[in-house]
Amino acid sequence: MKFIDEYRDSRLARGLACRIAQRSTKTITLMEFCGGHTHAILRHGIRQLVPRTVEMRSGPGCPVCVTATADLDKAIALARLPEVIITTFGDIMRVPGSCSSLQKERANGADVRVVYSTVDALEFARANPERPVIFIGIGFETTAPTIAAAILRAHKERIENFHVLSLNKLTPQVMKALLDAGEIKLDGIICPGHVSVIIGSHPYEFIPRDYRVACAISGFEPLDILLCIDTLVEQIERGEPAVEIAYARGVKPEGNKRARQLMEGVFETCEADWRGIGVVPGSGLRLRAEYRRLDADKAFSVNVAPPREIMGCRCGDIIRGSATPLECELFTKACTPETPVGPCMVSGEGACAAYYQYGVPPDLPGA
Amino acid sequence: MCLAVPAKIVSIDGDYAETEIAGVKRRISIALTPEASPGDYVLLHTGYAIAVIGEAEAEETLTILEEIASLSEVH
Ligand code: SF4
Repeated sequence: MKFIDEYRDSRLARGLACRIAQRSTKTITLMEFCGGHTHAILRHGIRQLVPRTVEMRSGPGCPVCVTATADLDKAIALARLPEVIITTFGDIMRVPGSCSSLQKERANGADVRVVYSTVDALEFARANPERPVIFIGIGFETTAPTIAAAILRAHKERIENFHVLSLNKLTPQVMKALLDAGEIKLDGIICPGHVSVIIGSHPYEFIPRDYRVACAISGFEPLDILLCIDTLVEQIERGEPAVEIAYARGVKPEGNKRARQLMEGVFETCEADWRGIGVVPGSGLRLRAEYRRLDADKAFSVNVAPPREIMGCRCGDIIRGSATPLECELFTKACTPETPVGPCMVSGEGACAAYYQYGVPPDLPGA
Repeated sequence: MCLAVPAKIVSIDGDYAETEIAGVKRRISIALTPEASPGDYVLLHTGYAIAVIGEAEAEETLTILEEIASLSEVH
């Protein structure tokens, strides 16, 4: 397929790997922020292609994984309201809250529909005018504009029964929180490609300036990721951290202005609760006052008990990059993709799911 | 969840476009990329085009990668 196959060429990959090995003298730690990158890195064996001087850590870039238990509990409580139809992307269905999941609620009779797009969620609302339709809005800057577009459309077309529970989160703000916490020492960040399609490269500029950490934006094919690592290694070896775009066919420095205008017109920033990280100021998005009627948080009141966390699950540590799935005692034992214990195993972008699928640690069958 | 795949725009109908992805036809929203035109490739995320793929930039990256590979073969 065009724009995919060319970026999987093994001869070009060897060339890049060779240059990285020549350039890399310092031992460094890079974080791939995005769960999509974690999967691509393991799937394509990128770790085996880069020299031992380059250590790689997964970050918090899995929207389903970082959703706090308290927020999941709220979504579950909304699903229990009479007449309500919940619409949501698929991954969140199986993530356990304190004592249930959307999937269990559906088995118990709640009306929960998995949609591919907010366009479909809006269609449900149009087709069922007598019932409230709530979309569980989970995602980063990549997805938030698509949710904003649906809100705006519902507002303009007076689709009064459409509501959004906005659990959207912002990337640069949580990167700052991680860097401020300083739990792991990072030399460079592989910045998320599709978040950056929307926000561009400027919002990361504080990272090299204030923290002396290198940044490069990467696409998701093996050559994209190797090119990004090469760019980061070069910045670090020179001692000149910067923000560079290693995904030029997708990302412009200014991002997608139209998408950002939509997002900023519909949402305002607020604090958000991240699994494993806690409350980060300015890292969430809530509906602006003029869209209040469409805000599920305002339109429905549900009582939610204080959250209970999952015993033994180390998703919080994994999200911060301070542990790998191999350090979780439940990994591959009690916790597998068939019987997931925590969100990092449920989500298609979770680090635990990636390690299970591609990591082939010694205790996996076939290793 | 931030997954986005290349899709080729076949035709446009207001805010929507007919696209083709690996031979499969799909109707998508181009509300976020009003500049998209037939023949363009876009990055498709949850039913929306989020960017028009820069073909010139794609070529340029591949040229750079070729240069790097040919240099490493000399060694
Ligand atoms: S392996 Fe399972 S239990 Fe352990 S951290 Fe990952 S999701 Fe949580």
